[in-house]
Amino acid sequence: MTPRRERIVDGLWRDNPGLVQLLGLCPLLAVSGTFVNGLGLGIATLLVVCATSVLVSMTRRFLNPDIRIPIYVLIIASLVTCVELLFEAYAPGLDRALGIFVPLIAANCVILARAEVYASQHGLVDSLLDGLMTGLGFALLLIVLGLFRELLGHGTLFANMHLLFGGEPVAGLRFRVGGWLLVMVPPGAFFSLGLAIAFKTALDHRRNQREGGRAPLRSGRS
Amino acid sequence: MNSALRNGLTLAVIAGICTSLVAGTFYVTQQRIEENRQAWLERSLKPALAGLMYDSDVTESVVVLEPPHALPGNERALIYRVYSGSEPVAALFVVSARDGYSGPIRVLVGIDLDGRVSGVRILEHRETPGLGDGIEHDKSDWDRQFTGRSLRDPETGDWAIRRDGGVFDQLSGASVTPRAVITAVRDTLIWFEANREQVFAMQETGL
Repeated sequence: MTPRRERIVDGLWRDNPGLVQLLGLCPLLAVSGTFVNGLGLGIATLLVVCATSVLVSMTRRFLNPDIRIPIYVLIIASLVTCVELLFEAYAPGLDRALGIFVPLIAANCVILARAEVYASQHGLVDSLLDGLMTGLGFALLLIVLGLFRELLGHGTLFANMHLLFGGEPVAGLRFRVGGWLLVMVPPGAFFSLGLAIAFKTALDHRRNQREGGRAPLRSGRS
Repeated sequence: MNSALRNGLTLAVIAGICTSLVAGTFYVTQQRIEENRQAWLERSLKPALAGLMYDSDVTESVVVLEPPHALPGNERALIYRVYSGSEPVAALFVVSARDGYSGPIRVLVGIDLDGRVSGVRILEHRETPGLGDGIEHDKSDWDRQFTGRSLRDPETGDWAIRRDGGVFDQLSGASVTPRAVITAVRDTLIWFEANREQVFAMQETGL
């Protein structure tokens, strides 16, 4: 695989920030209650990761390693503030629904990790690709968990999409009235994530067996 | 150039760039954000005025009571006064129910001039999803049972859930939350009855 393809596969699947690195769990678990919340926070996080990777990559030549961390933090905090202002202006309902988790993107270690591990040592295009794929991997996981928990917990899909796109309130698809409470409360978030991780591991395991006969199961990339 | 100075300069330059980025975004979005806030406030207050005729802006005339005050809750209480022409029509109270399951519950209580409830909405709460959150308008029709009620309908002593001998519905699996909200609405009515004249005479304290 070319290095770039490798980055794509890593970000989306093999080294997925939520499923494998288990980073950024706090927003992941707290906001994945519905599809629209997951999508909203996913987009916000994606924007911040990409912009941070680009800025860090651009400044990497001027930076003395001693002060790189405060500078990453400065960049991330400013970008998160910008994204929050944009959300408040253009998707106020969603901003209200996500509450503290939009400003808390600044504390999402996925972003700092990409800046430190990748963007600080690679060129602009590669860093952008890395940020995009890592952000997408995180956002997709948020979306999948959101779909899963909304379907089981509320009995709906795609409800309240107007929070993100404006316009009239959207009821979404309703499969049944009421839902399964367990999925909506915080323990349900852990169970859902656990199921997702188990599902990924099972898929990988099966593929390994098919490809490599009795090849040992590779865990992560370490 | 020594490295401390160099580092300081780098930090200063990047801080400057970041600050201008935030300032620029703020400048571009500021007006929309202000409009959104105002619209959201209007939208969340209006449902508590069901069936009333008024022509003033709902958010126009507001009194802010800083704690401690005699209204329910330990947070600041807001009173929006609504008029038709120069005649007072109703008052909207934003108060807090203290004894919910987890933290204060912000309750909006609309009361018309005769002391009848024109609508109750829950603005903010942290009650248990699936149990106590039935007090939300979108989750159940629990909040609709207050409309038209007053201190004489039912009598003050009957402002309680059925399980406690009152007339209001509880939520299945949750009685702490409804109890807290019912008490807050009742106490707001009692306060309004005692201070009716004053409510519309109070000096405005703009927000």
